[in-house]
Amino acid sequence: MLKTEAVDVERIRRDFPILKRTVHGKRLVYLDNAATTQKPQAVIDSLVDYYSRYNSNVHRSVHTLGEEATAAYEGARGKVARFVGARANETVFVRGTTEATNLVRFAWGEKQVKKGDLLLATRMEHHSNIVPWQLLAKSKGATLKFVGITPDGNLDMEELDRLLGESPKLLAFTHCSNVLGTINDVANVSRKAHKAGATTVVDGAQSVPHFPVDLSALDVDFYAFSGHKMLGPTGIGALIGRKALLEDMDPYEGGGEMIREVFDDHSTWNDVPYKFEAGTVNIADAIGLGAAVDYLTSIGMDKVREHEIRLLDYARETLSKVKGLHVYGPEDSKERSGLIAFNYADVHPHDLATILDEEGIAIRSGHHCAQPLMRCLNVSATSRASFHVYNSYDDIDALKQGIMKAGAIFKV
Amino acid sequence: MSSADIYRELILDYYRNPRNFGKLEKFDISAHDTNPLCGDEIEMQIRVGENSKIEEIKFSGRGCAISQASASMLTELAKGKPLEWVKLVAKEDVFKMLGDPELGPSRVKCALLGMKVLKTGVYGYLGAHYEDPEPGT
Ligand SMILES: Cc1ncc(COP(=O)(O)O)c(C=O)c1O
Repeated sequence: MLKTEAVDVERIRRDFPILKRTVHGKRLVYLDNAATTQKPQAVIDSLVDYYSRYNSNVHRSVHTLGEEATAAYEGARGKVARFVGARANETVFVRGTTEATNLVRFAWGEKQVKKGDLLLATRMEHHSNIVPWQLLAKSKGATLKFVGITPDGNLDMEELDRLLGESPKLLAFTHCSNVLGTINDVANVSRKAHKAGATTVVDGAQSVPHFPVDLSALDVDFYAFSGHKMLGPTGIGALIGRKALLEDMDPYEGGGEMIREVFDDHSTWNDVPYKFEAGTVNIADAIGLGAAVDYLTSIGMDKVREHEIRLLDYARETLSKVKGLHVYGPEDSKERSGLIAFNYADVHPHDLATILDEEGIAIRSGHHCAQPLMRCLNVSATSRASFHVYNSYDDIDALKQGIMKAGAIFKV
Repeated sequence: MSSADIYRELILDYYRNPRNFGKLEKFDISAHDTNPLCGDEIEMQIRVGENSKIEEIKFSGRGCAISQASASMLTELAKGKPLEWVKLVAKEDVFKMLGDPELGPSRVKCALLGMKVLKTGVYGYLGAHYEDPEPGT
């Protein structure tokens, strides 16, 4: 197989200080990017710069630091919005994907969902796009049903059509599965849902970090993602919502900044998106996320995607030579993102992860916060190697060698 | 210590050929727990005999080699012992039983899941309450 790179990996790796460290005396081979990615120096610097040069609260102070901090925070909002083809006034900063879905659950769900309503999720969802809807269904007396998956790891479109025929209020589905890697046809699914009268909540946690996303072409109502999975800091992410929906929604949390006027017995709300950003916001990390977006844009998301497809192809070919190794998810790399979930003989994923760790290789093992999907696959856990732009062919060779070592220890 | 030492013959043998694996038809104590981090799962059942001795004990579940081997070895140790013995078992005993492997904090939880289930069941039967150590300790 031709091992050419779509990006200059050596140069990119130099931007990530953590990649210089060793683990158990070995070069760090970081393949747990679906859990969280590493941060380039530019992102780290943006945090230090904010705290050491213009730390101040936003939207309240007219002094110089306050003006600078506000400009940087709102500037970051604009960057994040443009990065996914959205508008700044429909982009709400949240803690991450989990807070985004919970925000929709409370601010949209409490008002819109009634007793007897039907909510839909899919069996390839992360718990963060299941549990909020379970809680909503419970509090409202609504029903939650699941769209299944086909044996090759795609959404079961027949079941989707059938369940959409039952007039659901909501369809919650992921853009990209964090276990199977499946990339769903968001525009198509969302259009079907809208025809059936359902509101769509799309989990973009594994898509925005890995390939170009243009929400202006996707026709979704709510879209959520996390900054820490796209080279940004922890504690920041975004919920993009259709403006009219956001305006019609009740607030999520009450407090400072989200109000227009407060009286003894009632209050009026600030404009969207501020209505949903109560209290002092996560200024530093929002600015850091803006820096991550700048960094990714400078590489180009189409390049990131191309790089990950090549790594995926190489990894699949390399791992196919390991006897007893089973890979989950769609066959075609063009239909999936840069991650591979697998099981290896009777070596439990945790044991494999421990043996790989000793070689400096970080993978994820476990249920990946997707237990309904694990049940579909009839396993309790899998191992998962997931890539980002700084991973190299060498990383995949190291992974294979580590797996072979586990095979020797377990006498597979 | 290397992973080759953690996964020595003994642990692999108990993982692949677990002793006392299965369920009891008649039992006096039953306890079950999972490790939320990784989904490892252990259930234990005990039949109590004369003088409050552990007459029969079986475990079932699924998970990594460390959690399953540890639970299996613990059932072997426990069989025939008085229930009060369970109160004296400490995590150091479990580590020793496993051959003192050097485990990181997350894998320690795997190693101790069987002990937690055993203690939870027996303490409950004796009218006591077993509490896990607090996070960060
Ligand atoms: C597909 C998917 N959705 C949602 C999440 C939750 O993201 P967060 O923990 O940042 O809220 C994750 C990652 O953990 C994920 O992989």
